[in-house]
Amino acid sequence: MAKDDTHAYRLIGTRPNRPDGLDKVTGRARYGADMALPGMLHAAVLRSPHAHARITRIDTSRAEALAGVKAVITRADLATGQSGEDWNLTENTLAGEVALYDGHAVAAVAATSKFIAQDALALIDVEYEVLPHLIDVDDAIRPDAIALRPGSADASVPDGSPANVVKQIEFGHGDLDAGFAAADLVREGRYLTEATHQGYIEPHACVAQLGADGKGEMWVCTQGQWYIRKMCAAVLGLEAAQLRVTPSEIGGGFGGKTTIFAEPLALALSRKAGGRPVKLVMSRSEVLRATGPTASASMDVKIGMKRDGTITAALCDFRMQGGAFPGAPVDMALFCALAPYKLDAVKCIGQDVLANRPKAAAYRAPGAPMGAFAVESLIDEMAQELGLDPLEVRLKNAVREGDKSSYGPTFGSIGLVEVLEAVKAHPNLSAPLGPNQGRGIASGYWFNHGGETSVTVAVSEDGGATVSVGTPDIGGSRASIALMVAETFGIGYDDVRVNVVETGALGVNEPTHGSRATFASGKAAVISAKAAISEMCRRAAADWGIEPEAVEWIDGAAVPAGPNAGQFPPLTMAEIAAKMGETGGPISGHHEVTAEGVGASFGAHVVDVEVDSETGKVTILRYLVVQDAGTAIHPAYVEGQYQGGAVQGIGWALNEEYVYGRDGRLQNTVFLDYRIPVASDLPMIDTVIVEVPNPGHPYGVRGVGETGITPPLPAIANAVAAATGVRLRHLPMSPPKVLAALKARG
Amino acid sequence: MRYHKPDSFVEASRIASAAGRYRFLAGGTDVLVQMRAGISTPEDMIDLKGIPGVGDIARTPEGGWRIGVAVPGAVLGRHASLKADWPGVVEGMNLVGSTQVQGRATLAGNLCNGSPAADSVPGLIAACARVEVTGSTGTREILVEDVPAGPGRTTLAPGEVVSAILLPPRGAGGGDAYLRFIPRTEMDIAVVGCAVSLRFADGVITEARVALGAVAPTVLLVPEAAAALIGTQGDGVALAALSAAAMGAARPISDRRGTAEFRKEIAGVLARRAATIALARARGEPA
Repeated sequence: MAKDDTHAYRLIGTRPNRPDGLDKVTGRARYGADMALPGMLHAAVLRSPHAHARITRIDTSRAEALAGVKAVITRADLATGQSGEDWNLTENTLAGEVALYDGHAVAAVAATSKFIAQDALALIDVEYEVLPHLIDVDDAIRPDAIALRPGSADASVPDGSPANVVKQIEFGHGDLDAGFAAADLVREGRYLTEATHQGYIEPHACVAQLGADGKGEMWVCTQGQWYIRKMCAAVLGLEAAQLRVTPSEIGGGFGGKTTIFAEPLALALSRKAGGRPVKLVMSRSEVLRATGPTASASMDVKIGMKRDGTITAALCDFRMQGGAFPGAPVDMALFCALAPYKLDAVKCIGQDVLANRPKAAAYRAPGAPMGAFAVESLIDEMAQELGLDPLEVRLKNAVREGDKSSYGPTFGSIGLVEVLEAVKAHPNLSAPLGPNQGRGIASGYWFNHGGETSVTVAVSEDGGATVSVGTPDIGGSRASIALMVAETFGIGYDDVRVNVVETGALGVNEPTHGSRATFASGKAAVISAKAAISEMCRRAAADWGIEPEAVEWIDGAAVPAGPNAGQFPPLTMAEIAAKMGETGGPISGHHEVTAEGVGASFGAHVVDVEVDSETGKVTILRYLVVQDAGTAIHPAYVEGQYQGGAVQGIGWALNEEYVYGRDGRLQNTVFLDYRIPVASDLPMIDTVIVEVPNPGHPYGVRGVGETGITPPLPAIANAVAAATGVRLRHLPMSPPKVLAALKARG
Repeated sequence: MRYHKPDSFVEASRIASAAGRYRFLAGGTDVLVQMRAGISTPEDMIDLKGIPGVGDIARTPEGGWRIGVAVPGAVLGRHASLKADWPGVVEGMNLVGSTQVQGRATLAGNLCNGSPAADSVPGLIAACARVEVTGSTGTREILVEDVPAGPGRTTLAPGEVVSAILLPPRGAGGGDAYLRFIPRTEMDIAVVGCAVSLRFADGVITEARVALGAVAPTVLLVPEAAAALIGTQGDGVALAALSAAAMGAARPISDRRGTAEFRKEIAGVLARRAATIALARARGEPA
């Protein structure tokens, strides 16, 4: 359980104020769109109104002639000759010969005002030859489907595969036939999910400046300043080192801001406008039409189960479309789908399929929610059919330390059994249910990524510490890292400031992705702090005239290590810092590494719903998240991550979806019609933090940010089935779908 | 764009008559949003909030209500005696937008925006409300159901402006209610809306009006649904007939907000539920 009352640490496990709290509640925090520079121009982007169309002509001359317009760019202004993902990024930034989806950028303007830039868009003449389009993933692999981008499949795709399959993955172990033969019950089902968007509140925004000398700067809302530096450099043909990228405060990312969409346009416009800075802020409609949602999925699952609930074999065959480019997270979906189960026979097959939709980006545990929906729904169905408690079935088959995972590697320290036991003990499981109400349970899994990490911890003149990290704070990493550094030094939480710094200040850092910031930057910060402590011990030893090995660090001060070292009063961090200029210069610790020792996180959710049998509307009555955090450094932030994941999952399960017209155009491009849950739709999300410490982190941290979105889709589907007797296998479970299913049941 | 702030409706109408593309501005919660989205590009913006009386809610000599065109939803929601008379009208208006939007949005604006899904319009139609319209030749009164002409359009002549909303006297034994269906709990647009207003006297429903939103190009008054209630006690048989009549009258489209089949079904459900609440209110029982 959470260590709030019993922890062995001085600060870790406490809930101090958030370092960014005051700025955010007073409006002082500087987000992407808050940056302004003298002489700044404003950008607007012309986008394809067609799902798939050949661009036969673009004439920008009328737009260029409009007073106030300083630059108009088309694909000719971007780099040429790339291949692989660089080409994909360039093609997605501005369409070349073919617009590949509704909203695909085809030109951009910079002008002295946003209004002039928008007016100029209407003066760009584009002629399109409309082509047939593909939206649905299963349609895209039909034998008669048009090939969207012939030749784009990689070597993993077997000859004779459908035209739009661009990647294929296949793995497994054990004897599948024998496994199914040993089962008392074998069931299979097809499960469908629609594309959903991360729904971050802050749209993509940047101010960019780029001179003819190829030197540039960008202030931008991003999860990864180095990643987008590299991507922008590739799209524009620049040297990465000549581009300085400073991340702003960030109003949500959830994976969607680990890549580029419009950022290179601002740089290219600036270059064409003689180096004047250009501000580009996407509207919500642009965000929905032209940034990366997650994939839509069509998934077949077959499972064999003994009468006692033992799973004997499992087969997953998944197809996902991630837009007009490779990158649907079908691999991750398959890795996670069966991860909670110890399986002797398993096989997973996945296909990444092209369709005329925006290029998918990461969305919180990419792919895992879909895979969990398919597998956890079918397991629930089979448990019901066999008259077994779905929680006991999950416990019976739960993976433990030392088990071979469904995707290959052997698990180290994991906490699934502890999570399921905590679920079992929770009072929500015995809350009474009324008519039309039902309870659902599901498990979920996500990894913890290490990644390239570079951190510096500098001792300040007054004995505090400044921590420079390269991972933007999207979920509490600054507070958590400050707690860990303060704990390590033996100073106060308020004596530490953690800054997310620009690309010039540290070595390359991967973005905040893969639930890694508090794990990897936190681990590097602790190692850096320990290096600074060693140096402070050396300074104290020199002052005392003893060997550095005879000095130890206790409660924020250097002290002689035992009576043999001599009798000296402790030298505090503040005292050492005050004299550091005279004793050898600045003191800091630095650590950079591709982080290892990751700790994955299992979770389980329990949800109670009520279904209005006349309208099909599903109301969430109670919701419980139980998840392993390893060690909860700042439990309030951990709970926030659990609740946030659950809420995004509730939206995905019930109402969120990309709705396309027959013309292939996105129909719901504003939040009014792209229905994320509002606060009044939700009960308080109950949380239980299980702590099975990760031995690979100095304080036991696991990644906690993503697992929470994995169980909600099946947990809610299972609850709806329990409430109504109707099994919905196609998300979202929106009222029209639920009502139709209820009427079909009769 | 030219901004005008006249001090009378006659002047407002005169400016509009001389203008090309114009919009009247009351709360602005539709007009300003449409302008930002590039959907509406008026050359003349005529702000009605400088006209005396536009912020007033007044009892008429007959015992009805005259509501100014700039009275926001939040003010309606806090007007105890108006709410006591016409709870269905007020609850419809109060469903529009967020708390912030309620501080600006008006009945007149919701009506003249011409949306078939407008939440306040079914309640006004069920209540037999009228609007006062001012034009170059003076003023006239028309029934609310005669104002909408289709999505985004009204029957008002060029230059004409709604200058007041008029609710009739409630009288004894009256009750009304408005319900909408949305997949969420707020901040959404009606997939279907339904208002019922009725009078209950000596054990039977003596008068009824039923209006449906978001199931046709305009908000519909459904006399055959009302007929299913009149002369009955509002029992299960009557409510089933009401549902069937509402479903029969609905002629919705399928779009991103819901399918036609679903909307038809929900029209019947909401009609029954709204009638049940209106009847309870008419009988002075808790709804």
